[in-house]
Amino acid sequence: LSKKVQAIYLWWHKPVIDQELLQSLPNLKVIANSGVGMDHLDLKLVASFGVKMANAPRAVSSSTADTGMALLLASARRLVEVYYIAISSSMDFCEADILGVGVAGATLGIIGMGSIGYKIALRAKAFEMNILYHNRTRRKEQEEKAVRATYCKKIDSLLQQADFVMVVVSLTPQTYNLIGKRELELMKPTATLINISRGAVVDQEALVTALQTGVIRAAALDVTYPEPLPRDHPLLKLKNVIITPHLGTRTDKATYMITEEAVENILAALNGLPIPSEVLPS
Amino acid sequence: MWYHKPVVNKELLQSLPNLKIVASSGVGIDHLDLNLLSSYGVKVSNTPFVVSTDTADLGMALMLASSRRLVEGYEMAVSPDTEYFPADWLGTEVSGATLGIVGMGTIGYKVAERAKAFEMKILYHNRNQRKKEEESAVGAVYCKKIDDLLQQSDFVLLAVNLTPQTHKLIGKRELELMKPTATLINISRGLVVDQDALVEALQNKTIKAAALDVTCPEPLPRDHPLLKLKNVIITPHIGSATKKTRLVMMEEMSESIQAGLAGLPVPHEVL
Repeated sequence: LSKKVQAIYLWWHKPVIDQELLQSLPNLKVIANSGVGMDHLDLKLVASFGVKMANAPRAVSSSTADTGMALLLASARRLVEVYYIAISSSMDFCEADILGVGVAGATLGIIGMGSIGYKIALRAKAFEMNILYHNRTRRKEQEEKAVRATYCKKIDSLLQQADFVMVVVSLTPQTYNLIGKRELELMKPTATLINISRGAVVDQEALVTALQTGVIRAAALDVTYPEPLPRDHPLLKLKNVIITPHLGTRTDKATYMITEEAVENILAALNGLPIPSEVLPS
Repeated sequence: MWYHKPVVNKELLQSLPNLKIVASSGVGIDHLDLNLLSSYGVKVSNTPFVVSTDTADLGMALMLASSRRLVEGYEMAVSPDTEYFPADWLGTEVSGATLGIVGMGTIGYKVAERAKAFEMKILYHNRNQRKKEEESAVGAVYCKKIDDLLQQSDFVLLAVNLTPQTHKLIGKRELELMKPTATLINISRGLVVDQDALVEALQNKTIKAAALDVTCPEPLPRDHPLLKLKNVIITPHIGSATKKTRLVMMEEMSESIQAGLAGLPVPHEVL
């Protein structure tokens, strides 16, 4: 059977691609990933076996951007907290205790302005938010104008001004622990951190401390490290944290589109044609 | 007047001979008998436009939370029993879906502006059709008959005010016209929906889910079936519940009261 395998469609990081597996599949030509993140793959190792790799960048952007906005709104309006109040057996609550923060006129700082980050900017603009962004490279002027986004060359400037900080980068050695103690302390004490990228982009321990001591107001995390977190992790107990189970692309539509993209990539690879979303080891 | 308290009835009005003005918080005045108040020479004011943005935002928040199963997902993420996140656990996409807005006033229009950025197809039903430029700006298509909107929408959002005409606007018939994959979002008033019919529709999967910021009464009795349904999100009427908006509401109410007491024209007077 192992000689017959020419392609692997990787679903939620399974199977684990290691030296042993690659050696056991001599005719493997391509690994197609479901989703856009490739941080779970050793790109150089795979390439050394002459196996091509592809991800699914187009299919993920809308549903992931939607997730970012869902978390931003849920956190701002304390949706989860007030839901439990609405259904709780006690009917006592003080209105003043459940006030949220307005979104219109607030400043959103987007860290990572790729396809997903840009779609978030498009959505946030409709909510009348001021948009700042930090990216490896600056976007074209028309792109900035279309969403009225201001470039922050230094991340510090974004962190100091934003009411909501949305992290939308890919995980690389450069973005590992991008948001740590220093960055959290630069943020406003009234600010919210939203992470829809990868858990490891944020220094989780520093985040716990920041949330416990009021260094920032709240956090909403679609991604953690690991997923799921150990059941005794402090993040699970904090009142000002919303955690969701990596919802980013968990919709019927996105799942379908991701699979379509993967099939496209696999067929191209098997037919010796250029692969639409090939990922090369950098 | 805050959240409909105190109740303004004949008894109260008779006991307050010098009452000049009732300043009501928020935009809805369905809880006030305007004719009765007028007969006692008492003026009425509300706080109409300040609530619109936050309420529209909440409508969007509920649509996103419901479709992406945010509350369920949160419970899974923090539950002591969770060992892994199942691969086949999915929600439905908001981007590109069809949103039907029932009631295209200030709040409904703001919802449309937001939904457009999610590349949603927007249908709307209103007493009157909006101007062409207003429709084009958000890409909204007018449905003169509410049935057309109900049959085509993936999300039906209610943003009407409560009047005798909109009382139980959404009942058994309307729920049955909706797609079985559709979600009902109510940010208007509980009484716009026939709640018993809604419970039945949700239990029988006539519609997929509901997200309600308003119910009748508020809060619901603790044994009410709506509190137990998995496919329902309820929030405790927080449409305008942000610090900034509440502050402005208070300021407007004070202004109206001061003007009313001084015999000056009352800002935001309801006639």
